[in-house]
Formats: sequence, C-alpha cells, structure tokens
Amino acid sequence: MNTARKLLGTAAVVVAVGVVAGCGSAGAPTPARTTAAPGSVDLRMTVWTSNEAQLALFTGIADAYKKDHAEIGTITFDSLPFADYNTTLTTQIAGGNAPDLAWMGDLSRDLITAGALAPLTETLKDTEGWDYDDLLQSVTGQFSQDGQLYAYPFSNSPFALYVNEDVLAQAGQKLSSSPTWDEVSKIGSAVHSATGKAGFVIRDFNYSAWNTLATVWTGWGAEAWNADGTQCGFDSDQMAGAFTFLRDAMETSAMPGPGTQADFFAGDSAFTIAQVSRAALLDGSFRYSVHPLPTGPAGAYSVFGQAGVGVLQSSPHVQEATDFLSYLTDPENAAKLAQFFPPPRQSLLTGEKLAANNTKLTAAQLQEVVVDQLPNAVPLPNHTRPAEIAQKAKTALDAMWTPGADVRAVLSTVCDAIDPLLSK
Amino acid sequence: MTAPTLVDTRGGMSADVPPRGPLPQRLFWTTGRRDALTGYLFILPQLIGVLVFVIVPVGLGVFYSMNDWNIFTGKMQFVGGEHYAAALSDPQLPAVLAATAAFSGGVVVLNIGLGLLLAVLLNRRFRGVTLFRTLFFSPVVVSVVAWTLVWGFLLQDNGGINAVLEAVGIPGANWLQQGSTAMLAVVFTQVVRSVGINMILFLAALQGVPGELYEAARIDGARPRTIFFRITLPLISPTLLLTAIITIVGALQAFAQIAVLTEGGPGLSTTVLVYYVYQQAFAFNDIGYGSTLALMLLSFVLLLTLLQWQLRKKWVFYES
Repeated sequence: MNTARKLLGTAAVVVAVGVVAGCGSAGAPTPARTTAAPGSVDLRMTVWTSNEAQLALFTGIADAYKKDHAEIGTITFDSLPFADYNTTLTTQIAGGNAPDLAWMGDLSRDLITAGALAPLTETLKDTEGWDYDDLLQSVTGQFSQDGQLYAYPFSNSPFALYVNEDVLAQAGQKLSSSPTWDEVSKIGSAVHSATGKAGFVIRDFNYSAWNTLATVWTGWGAEAWNADGTQCGFDSDQMAGAFTFLRDAMETSAMPGPGTQADFFAGDSAFTIAQVSRAALLDGSFRYSVHPLPTGPAGAYSVFGQAGVGVLQSSPHVQEATDFLSYLTDPENAAKLAQFFPPPRQSLLTGEKLAANNTKLTAAQLQEVVVDQLPNAVPLPNHTRPAEIAQKAKTALDAMWTPGADVRAVLSTVCDAIDPLLSK
Repeated sequence: MTAPTLVDTRGGMSADVPPRGPLPQRLFWTTGRRDALTGYLFILPQLIGVLVFVIVPVGLGVFYSMNDWNIFTGKMQFVGGEHYAAALSDPQLPAVLAATAAFSGGVVVLNIGLGLLLAVLLNRRFRGVTLFRTLFFSPVVVSVVAWTLVWGFLLQDNGGINAVLEAVGIPGANWLQQGSTAMLAVVFTQVVRSVGINMILFLAALQGVPGELYEAARIDGARPRTIFFRITLPLISPTLLLTAIITIVGALQAFAQIAVLTEGGPGLSTTVLVYYVYQQAFAFNDIGYGSTLALMLLSFVLLLTLLQWQLRKKWVFYES
C-alpha cells in the first residue's frame, strides 16, 4: 500500500513537473499542481448558511472538482450558526481545529492583519481562464491588503429600500419614485398613526448592531472612521445630523423604538432597509417594490454588505485549498453562485443575468438596486477587533435612545470608547 | 489437677511454655489497607474528573492569564502580571462588578426568601397542594435558553407583559431597554425559573422537623411567629446553608439569561462578570485577559463559599 502510494506520488510529481514545464513553454501560467498522494487531502470549509439549496450547490461543485483531482479525499462544508459564527471559527482556530477554507465577514480584517490568510492574487491570476481583471474594484478592498487579495468576495449585496405597497395604500400614502429620507420618515410616521404598523425598520439593527446604521448616516456624508481606520468619525457634524434624524424618527414613531419587534417581511412595517439578498424572504403575501437607498442631505449613495471566502494559513493543505478556491470561484462556478449571492464579477453583473435565477425581483429592479449601485457602493464599517469596537460603541450608543439624550455628547462618548481601539 | 502455668511478667516464662518460633510475616494487605484501597478506588473516577476538569483548566487559566495569545497565528507571548494590572485599571470593571453584585444579591435574596415562603405555604395540607408544588417546580426542568427566549418576547415593549398591564390600566415599561428595569427583569426571570429548587429543598427540610416540637410549643402557648423563628428556622438551618451556597454560586455563574435577554445592556447595566469573561475571551479573542477575569471570579466564589462555611458555626443548628 505504502509502495503504491509512493509510486503514485512520484508519478504525480513527474506529471506536475511536466505540466508546469509544458505550460511554461506555452506562455500561459498555471499554478503548480499538488504532489499529494491520491485521496490524501481532506478539505473542510466553514460556512454560515444552512440553506439546503446553497449547500447542495457547494457540494455539487466540490464533487465535480474531485473528479479531476485524485488527491482530494473529501471536501466537507461545515455549517456553523450565523449568530456565533465568528466565535466558533476563532475557537476552532485557537483549538487547533481550524478549517482549510472559511467564509468571513467582519472578521476578515483581523485574519488578514494577523497573517492568518493565504494570499490569493498570484494563484488566481495564474489560473488559466480565471480572469482576475473581471473582479469589480469596489468590492475587493475589504479583503485586500497592500494590493494582495486574501479572500474572494463571493457575496456583495447592496442595501435597498423595500416598500410594502399595501400598507402605504391602507394609510393613504404614496412614495415618490426617488424617495428621500425625510419623505420615508414622514410617510412612516403617518403609516404608524393610521394603521398602528411600524414605519421604517433598519433590518438587523435592533438598537444593537449599529454598523447597519451606515445605511443611513452615509446619506449625511458621515463615516464611522476615516479611510485608514485611525480616526473616529462619530463626533462629526454629519454624524450628528444623521443621529438627530434617527432620534426624531424614533420619537415620531416613524421608526419603532428599542424593544419593539416589527418584521417587514411578515407585513409589520411600511419600509425596511435590507440587503437585496433578503428578497428571498418575500413570500407574496403583500405587494412590494424595491428602490435604491433613500437620498440624504449628502445626495444619493449606496452601501453594501459583503462576505468572502479565504484559505487559512494554518491549513495543512494550503496549496490544495487555494486550488479548490480558484475552481469554486472561476467564471463558470461564479455564475452558479450568483443565483444566491450578488457576484463580484463585472461580466455577471447585468440585470438580465441576475434575474435568471431570481424569482422575487425583476431584471429592471436588479439592474437598479444591484448593478447600478455596486461600482460606487461603500461597505459596512469594517475594522480589526470588530467585536470589541461593536460592543464598546453599542454600550455608549445605548444612551442615544433614552428620552432627552444629547446627541453630540453621546456621540462624543462613542469616540472616547473606541478611539483607543482604533489606534491599536 | 495441675496449677495453671503462669507467665513470668518480668521477662521470663515458665518452663511449661513452648519456645516461640520465628515471628510470622506480617501481611501487607491488612484490613485497614484493603479498606483504604477500596475507598480510593471508589473516589478515583471523581478524582480523575476533578483533575481533568478542574485542576488542569485552572492551571491553564493561570498560564493563559500571564500570556498574550494571538489565536489567529497561535503565537503566545509571556506578559507576566500585565493582565492583572489591566484588570485593576479597567474602566468598565467597576460597573461590571456592581452589576454582578446587584444580580447575585437580588437572585439570592429573592430565591431563598421566596423558596422558603413557598415551602412553608405548600407544607400545609389543602386541596391541590401537589399540583401547586408541581407548577412551581416545573420551570426548573425547562431549558434555561428556551425559558429566557420566551421571557424575552414577553418583556418587549410591545410584548405580552405590557399588553396585560395595559389591559388593567397600568402603563408598562420598556423592561429590557431601560437601565433601571433591565436588571429587575433579568433577576425576575432567573428567580421565577429557579425558585422551585430551593422550594423543594426547604419542603424536604420542613417535613423533617419533628412534630412533637411544634406540639410542645403550642402547649406552652408559643405563637406561630415564635414557633417559626425558634423552632422551624433553627432546625432547617443546615438546608438554609446548603441553599445559600448553591444559590450564590449559581447566581455568580449565570450566563445564558444575560446573553439571551440583554447582551449585557443597556450600557453595562446587566453585564455580569461571567458575561464579561465570555466577551473578553471569546468575542474579543483576548484569552489572556479573559482568563485573568475568570480567575477573579473563581476567587470570589471560593471566598464567599469559605466565608459561609466559617459563619455556619454561628447560625447553623445541628441537633447532635
């Protein structure tokens, strides 16, 4: 058995050398093939989806990859609960049980800064037909450092304004074709007075996940911190304007206050700000429309949330995992992934292509709220030590939602709380 | 008849006593040693458990508390007492300790007080007493997370509690979102869930009090209040000690209630020490500082338990 493995391994080396030499002579670079023995590589990728259709897609792609890669024994997709995803992943890493590949959201900056992720740029550029230049520049920034890409941004979902047309009609309200925040707030308040339903809901905010409020404050030209993440932006005039708007919205019941549950997709509110990918929750129980984010005092803008997938340096199979990642994300498989996740590839970003697999939104809607938005969209705030910054700022911001709160004073305490972390 | 042979107590023996042969070898497995071995074998599983799940983790905790561990790269750097110094100057820690004291104090007082009251009431004979005992005990067997999730919905601003209050004309509060009421809400849900355990322990203790003592007291003209404080309480004081230790340790270790209901907020008003340890170690990935705080919590628990154990001599009554 061992002799057979050694022979196969030697043969693999010879083949690999031949392939590299052959490709070199043809002028089309291809990453070095693995020298691992057949069936000796088991890959594990952590994901936060438990959607059976999505997991089936991943498994299907992995099965196709295995057919041409004898070294692969198994590829498993480890579905971890979203709420505890970061904690579980870091615990696995600390416990010496790190996956080979991992989805990541706001943990990406910590992983990149710590050098825990394998660089991808060279491999992806050298993979024939991968077409690295097809990646949209605006979506690679969060997963890059010093010009090197460390995670493939497979999901780029802009935030949009969802409207429950039935609730608006019930309240005798009508939204303009290019809504502003003031208009949304006024209609929201009127809807609450007329129907008892909520006005606008920033989905997932729940007076805790304040980073989702970037979907509002960007309309006032505010930022949580500056571009290099060293200066707190909460004490700016723009941020004060945005939070004054939010406080007013809360006090006029245009936005439900803390501790009040209202689910737009269950028909509880007139509007919600949510990612386009949430359209899957629309079950047809009410008439709806979707718009880009409302215009703020600083004009039109777009915000998007991202997820990436990278290879952990601690993996015993970095080369094989990187190779599988390049296969998982090549143009053909990226098109398959696009049915669930707005892709980072310009070639796939057309309303028609996105609509081919989307039964909830039309090609025109997808063109308007995804394709037209992504090139200039800004990501949700992301920084190293995301959980600590989130908790410190949340603790300070809790005072914002109490009666008579001094907006500027509260925002100043947010900066006091997170400045030491930003400077680390 | 011959006279009995006498032993020469001065050292010699009478001529009739046969000479003593070589001394028999003493057996290693004496009864005492067998008993001791049996005892050790019986406690061996527990000893292994204590070693693996207590001694080793505490030792690792001490080790981690003196190191900075970058869990993303696995690199560890010795920092000595740096984390202990950081704890002393942590601006959030006073608020966390205050919340811990408020939560533990509230839970302990209400849990023991209500548990004893319920036990005294349900120790009487009346129709449906078994049903009431079952009802009050039933929350204990419910999963703490499920219990807390349900109460989370009930305590929302537009939740069931406020709907009931509104129906009877009382304005409800935003229980979990206001610093003044969040701790009350967390303590309340914890007490309602766990008071059944103390109630059952007190019931068992009450039923062990000899009836003739009550009878004698009544004949002597003692009032119910006197009977309770002079007979009942002293005789169930060992159970009071047990419940006090269990409740205090349990209150200091409460985690799920905070994590599910309030996530420590608003502000730091419900951030108890266990939750703070979790945040530092697992959410912020600062294992070193988290371990330092965990050791601090361990010290509190040990100190309070030892204190109660010493004070028992002053108030715990033993019949013997």
